[in-house]
Amino acid sequence: MAKYLLLKHYRRNAGPENLVDIPMQEWTPEEIDAHMAYMGDFAARLERNGEFVDGQALSPEGTFVRYDGAGRPPVTDGPFAETKDLIAGWMAIDVDTYERAIELAGELSAAPGKNGEPIYEWLEVRPFLTEPPTVSE
Amino acid sequence: MSAPVDEVLLRDLTPAVLGVLVRRGADFATAEDAVQEALLSAVQAWPAERPRDPKGWLVTVAWRKFLDLARSDAARRGREDAAYGEPPPGPAPSVDDSLELYLRCAHPALTPASAVALTLRAVGGLTTRQIAAAYLVPEATMAQRISRAKRTVADVRFDQPGDLGTVLTTLYLVFNEGYTGDVDLVAEAIRLTRQLATLVADGGRDEPEVTGLLALMLLHHARRDARTDAHGRLIPLAEQDRTRWRTDLIAEGVDLLQAALELDRLGPYQAQAAIAALHADARTAAETDWVQIVGWYDELLALTDSPVVRLNRAVAVGEADGAHAGLAALAEVDPSIPRYTAVAAHLQELGGNLDTAGRLYVDAARQAQNLAERDHLTRQAARLHLVLGHG
Repeated sequence: MAKYLLLKHYRRNAGPENLVDIPMQEWTPEEIDAHMAYMGDFAARLERNGEFVDGQALSPEGTFVRYDGAGRPPVTDGPFAETKDLIAGWMAIDVDTYERAIELAGELSAAPGKNGEPIYEWLEVRPFLTEPPTVSE
Repeated sequence: MSAPVDEVLLRDLTPAVLGVLVRRGADFATAEDAVQEALLSAVQAWPAERPRDPKGWLVTVAWRKFLDLARSDAARRGREDAAYGEPPPGPAPSVDDSLELYLRCAHPALTPASAVALTLRAVGGLTTRQIAAAYLVPEATMAQRISRAKRTVADVRFDQPGDLGTVLTTLYLVFNEGYTGDVDLVAEAIRLTRQLATLVADGGRDEPEVTGLLALMLLHHARRDARTDAHGRLIPLAEQDRTRWRTDLIAEGVDLLQAALELDRLGPYQAQAAIAALHADARTAAETDWVQIVGWYDELLALTDSPVVRLNRAVAVGEADGAHAGLAALAEVDPSIPRYTAVAAHLQELGGNLDTAGRLYVDAARQAQNLAERDHLTRQAARLHLVLGHG
């Protein structure tokens, strides 16, 4: 088994031309409900399969923070409501193969959006680093 | 007076107890739940009064639990009461019951991860919570993985001796990916393999690969304390303090390996154990008999034709015949397999091409699949950077 992080960037550049990049606030409430139900069902199905690790949604507004020298409070910057690299949320999965991780990410990317069309969202698939194996040669 | 319950004893008894229930006609999935409940009861009851016959106690309690579970299941489905009043007389339980359990829990119909989870619970006696913690997934996820696995193998019948191959693969996986949590999975893998070796021997069978796997585990486990420093940094084999290797485990591993090899039915675990034994035999890294090690890699390659073996063989060839020969051997290996770049870096350094080696260590660190190895490769790159005077 190997763990992968599926990162949702809300980055879309495919699908029906007139539906690309329509922000969620311009969907109908029913479309939003259908989208959320799809995500919930997806996570529940992964749990039944024994493949679910964690999933969380993130607020779009974040703050950048950094150290600013001894005795000084940290510097903050932001919040930035619009960033190009917005991470909307993640799901961590534990699956048998890399191919399975890709398959699941493809399904998650097909969540329904405006007019019930799949959102064709890009998902980033990142392997977790593991513990070293016991057998080394 | 209360003494802590010997959990290892409890877990040692698990396969035999479950074997008895299944032999009496209990369905596997319910019986497995019943045995888990009996183990929990033992943990609660035994400190006050330890039974004289622990196994008999567990069988009695597990059977009672099984009847409760079967009855409530039957009631839930609105059926007649299950026909389990008295234990039906059956053939006396034997070592084959326990062996059959190993085969069932590592059945080829299961994915490797499912076989690992089911084996640790049904044969190892670990709780779902412990297994989940060891593999860093939520308990609910692990519970589902185990119950799916149980359903998959529920109706498997063992009329003929099964194939031990998937059992060994499963135990090897537990050992090799032995993440350390609440439960030491490396020690657990050794315990289960030792128990399997005993069952096989008590059944009058010669299975040199079972012995070979146990030898392999002991020989690698012997190095555990020397493999990392106080800060958790990985120490490569050549730099390990060999006085910290466990000589008792090495002696046992070598004895087991010799007994296995005498049967003259070589398999991959025996060949890997032979390589580990040759490392164990060298008092210093410089004394390592790399020529013999290359010979064993050739045997292993003939048995498995695995790209990982080919890669490790290139390292051995580099040590035996020089960097040039090692790089030639590496040229035969698929470059996309993990650790290829790390081996290339090592061989280039061995050949004195420090610039190339430094660049390759950086690439190898980026491709590493685990944190300890990535940090180790980054330090190698930094070391060469200093040697080359870029620092």
